[in-house]
Amino acid sequence: MIDTVTISARNVVKSFGQGPGAVRALDDVSIDIRKGEFFTLLGPSGCGKTTLLRLIAGFEMPSGGTILLDGADITTWPPNKRPVNTVFQSYALFPHLTVAENVAFGLQMLGKPAGEVRATTDRMLALVKLEALATRKTAQLSGGQQQRVALARALAPQPKVLLLDEPLSALDLKLRKEMQIELKRLQHETGITFVFVTHDQEEALTMSDRIAVMSAGKIQQVGTAREIYIHPRNRFVASFIGETNFLTGTARAGALDLATGDSIPVEGLTAVDKGRPVTITIRPEQVRIGKADTDGPKATVAALVYFGTDTHCHLHLRDGTEVVARLQSPASGESGLAKGDGVSLGFTPGAAQVVED
Amino acid sequence: MPSPAEESAIKTSARNGWLLSMPALVLLTIAAVGPLLIVVVYSFLTPGEHGNVVWEFSTGGWVGILWSKDIFTDEWVLADAHLTIFWRSVSLSLLTTVFCFVVGFPTAWFIATRPARERALWLFLITIPFWTNLLIRTYAINEVLRKEGLMNTVLMGLGLTNAAIDVLYTQTAIFIGMTYVYLPLMVLPLFAAIDRFDVKLLEAAYDLYASRMQVLRRVILPIVKPGIIAGSILVFVPSLGAYVTPRVLGGGKQMMIGNFIELQFLQGKNWPLGAALSLVLLLIVTVALLVYVRNANRGSSHG
Repeated sequence: MIDTVTISARNVVKSFGQGPGAVRALDDVSIDIRKGEFFTLLGPSGCGKTTLLRLIAGFEMPSGGTILLDGADITTWPPNKRPVNTVFQSYALFPHLTVAENVAFGLQMLGKPAGEVRATTDRMLALVKLEALATRKTAQLSGGQQQRVALARALAPQPKVLLLDEPLSALDLKLRKEMQIELKRLQHETGITFVFVTHDQEEALTMSDRIAVMSAGKIQQVGTAREIYIHPRNRFVASFIGETNFLTGTARAGALDLATGDSIPVEGLTAVDKGRPVTITIRPEQVRIGKADTDGPKATVAALVYFGTDTHCHLHLRDGTEVVARLQSPASGESGLAKGDGVSLGFTPGAAQVVED
Repeated sequence: MPSPAEESAIKTSARNGWLLSMPALVLLTIAAVGPLLIVVVYSFLTPGEHGNVVWEFSTGGWVGILWSKDIFTDEWVLADAHLTIFWRSVSLSLLTTVFCFVVGFPTAWFIATRPARERALWLFLITIPFWTNLLIRTYAINEVLRKEGLMNTVLMGLGLTNAAIDVLYTQTAIFIGMTYVYLPLMVLPLFAAIDRFDVKLLEAAYDLYASRMQVLRRVILPIVKPGIIAGSILVFVPSLGAYVTPRVLGGGKQMMIGNFIELQFLQGKNWPLGAALSLVLLLIVTVALLVYVRNANRGSSHG
């Protein structure tokens, strides 16, 4: 059941403009979105994530490739023929209609009988907890309430897929956190496939079943939050999701030799890689700081930044390469380190991951 | 509950507001109510022999709107010629308004959806006709429409028609002229309304299974309705009282209320009738606006 594919994009290309000035917003993108999952398209602005969403909605036609919905080719279907609804970034609520009329709009356009329209509208308003505001005009609502109306309106026709285009970006932090939980609840209760677009990596990590990290019109990596955080495929993914350190050196079986003469154990490297230049990534929380006379790469403390729950320790290797270690702040608040201290670095086994450039 | 200090501040600002708007209020009252009162008074007087009025009460002006004295039998008979003029005025004005909307809406939509720089140019082009006197523009239309005019020369030159189309001095000519003259008054308020329209709503409606027709009927038209109302009023009201256009393009044969009123004050030498007719025109406009605006508002509460 979980493995049934709902939306499938195959070799999708989208260019804007023509001739030498043409921009490739999507460059040969293939992706499978499974039925009932919370799928997130994550990437910086201009990476093509919104374009992919608009192609799935039908607002734009691809320059090449196909889009399948439950196995049927919907590439050329207009938006009003696709069982797919969108929650817009700006909400795009109808200003001349009340909250209930907004929610009922899609059902009415589908030609549902009046009784069913009313019943479904009431159910949707209850789902987003807006029953009390049913007869208000949308301009009288707060941002969070408008967001809920937009959700109820898009969910009411019971689409196969709900597309969400950065729906939380206009809300303040506290409301955004609430709506994240709310969205997960709605997705769970309705069982509808959610395709969520965001540039906020934390939002993506906490909400998604699976994430597609995008950059420059290409999918960089698809996987669960854990897979992407722990095993980033390339430098872009590693740096876009969370904070990290990059170190380059020469590979040998089981370790990486740095230019400083130090070496770091890397499980992913075998005898085949011997002599190859390699980049590894190590998350700051996986870096251990030991006494100067213990084994491991030698470093000097360059700066200490206190963040409350933890302290970021900026370290310089002997050749000046910076490594950041994240240390949990002890009860006293003092890390026991001072600027200029000489230390040895240690790494959690398996922490160092080889990444493509 | 405002504090005493706040209350006195509110009072002061209200008094200052009245004081500041006094000059405008006085001017408007004198300019609007004064002439209207004179017209009302004149409509109840007796026509003088060489125009003007004799200060003697009479309802003749009002009776003359619908009845006229038969010259042979001296009996009052229904003046069907007057009714024809009323009907022509109302129907031509309605037709002009509807046609201006049908042509003006796509035009306004086109302009509102252009990039900002281009938009200024198009709006500028729309206002060009206002640079020239209305009478001259109307004579220009006359020149275009007449038998040996531009329209027939081009049509016959292209072989689209064999005989010249004789459209001048007909209701059609008046209709064409009024549409030309009043079209910008429809386009500009429509543009203002469409310009404020959020195009994302089109995608939202389309996404929610609306067809193109439904998007137009259920989303675009209700939202730009204030512009439609404003444009329709701006076209209908001056159309109804139009004087120059029917005079020049109707050639005196196809009179509208405006020409009929003029006739009473000049050749007709029946000022009370002219005054009464002016008030009837005012009444028609008021009633039409009330009916229109009420219907428009009722439509909006139903979505």
